[in-house]
Amino acid sequence: MSDHAHDHHDDSGYHATVKGYVVGFLLSMLLTAIPFWLVMGSVLPSPRVTAFVVLAFAAVQMVVHMVYFLHMNAKAEGGWSLLALVFTAGLVVIMLAGSIWVMYHLNTNMMPMAAEAMRNMP
Amino acid sequence: MSSTLTLNAGAAPVFYDNGDHHPQQGTLLGFWLYLMSDCLVFAVLFAVYAVLGRSYAAGPTGAELFELPVVALNTALLLFSSITYGFAMIAMQHGKKNAVLAWLAITGLLGLGFLSLEITEFAHLIHEGAGPQRSAFLSAFFTLVGTHGLHVAFGTIWLVTLMAQVRKHGLIAANKRRLVCLSMFWHFLDVVWIGVFTFVYLMGVLP
Repeated sequence: MSDHAHDHHDDSGYHATVKGYVVGFLLSMLLTAIPFWLVMGSVLPSPRVTAFVVLAFAAVQMVVHMVYFLHMNAKAEGGWSLLALVFTAGLVVIMLAGSIWVMYHLNTNMMPMAAEAMRNMP
Repeated sequence: MSSTLTLNAGAAPVFYDNGDHHPQQGTLLGFWLYLMSDCLVFAVLFAVYAVLGRSYAAGPTGAELFELPVVALNTALLLFSSITYGFAMIAMQHGKKNAVLAWLAITGLLGLGFLSLEITEFAHLIHEGAGPQRSAFLSAFFTLVGTHGLHVAFGTIWLVTLMAQVRKHGLIAANKRRLVCLSMFWHFLDVVWIGVFTFVYLMGVLP
């Protein structure tokens, strides 16, 4: 790709700034510290609520990393990298939600087994 | 078929693709696609952990095994290595070779710190009898966290290789391209780690 005479564009698509990295870093610190504090300090009364809040923080932090560290935007690579990311995210959601859904119901629909029978399993 | 071949026989061939419109950053897009496929690998391992993560087989649970202060330290190490790699990229944009090498060295040391903490944790777990063969939960745990650690290890090897390349050849276009690829790899591993510390460690210690 260096055979294009214009030297300035040989690493284009990557115009990082100190400010961008510092903002991303500070946001990440905050979004990491709060979930750890919530869990280690048992701040919220219900573990279920804590789990949802912690997951929400993780989702936000992933977006922060994508934007500030991976420089993801609609223009990078003519939009193809964002398209690939959206496609992958769709697959991941189908895979995760599908697996959890199916396996949860599989577990509840299994015939109950006595501990005695469990020990004598082959 | 032969008629189409002989139709223009004798005339000079005309190429409609004269190379003007090939993508400028084919390598970067290709590397991004690799990262997306790697993302699917991790998604499968996360799904396995989601299904098996509470199958303790009367063995130790996550709440008994995980030491959150160590995990917090690991997370901090990876996060710091992300921003130091970012500073290496900025030094690269300004063409400062020695600054690039210095920031890369710091990033590599942080990566090594992460790896040594993780290996210590694994060794401690196995020593306590909580190895991967103990329960489905621990099998899924070691596979998921170990795969991430393996990625970090290879990223560190790649980083050292690139430092040697930059030292020898300077910040040539090929090295800049490689540095951008490794930066994507490194930041991607940090994104995966967000999933690991949230889903495995933080949610694992919740009752």
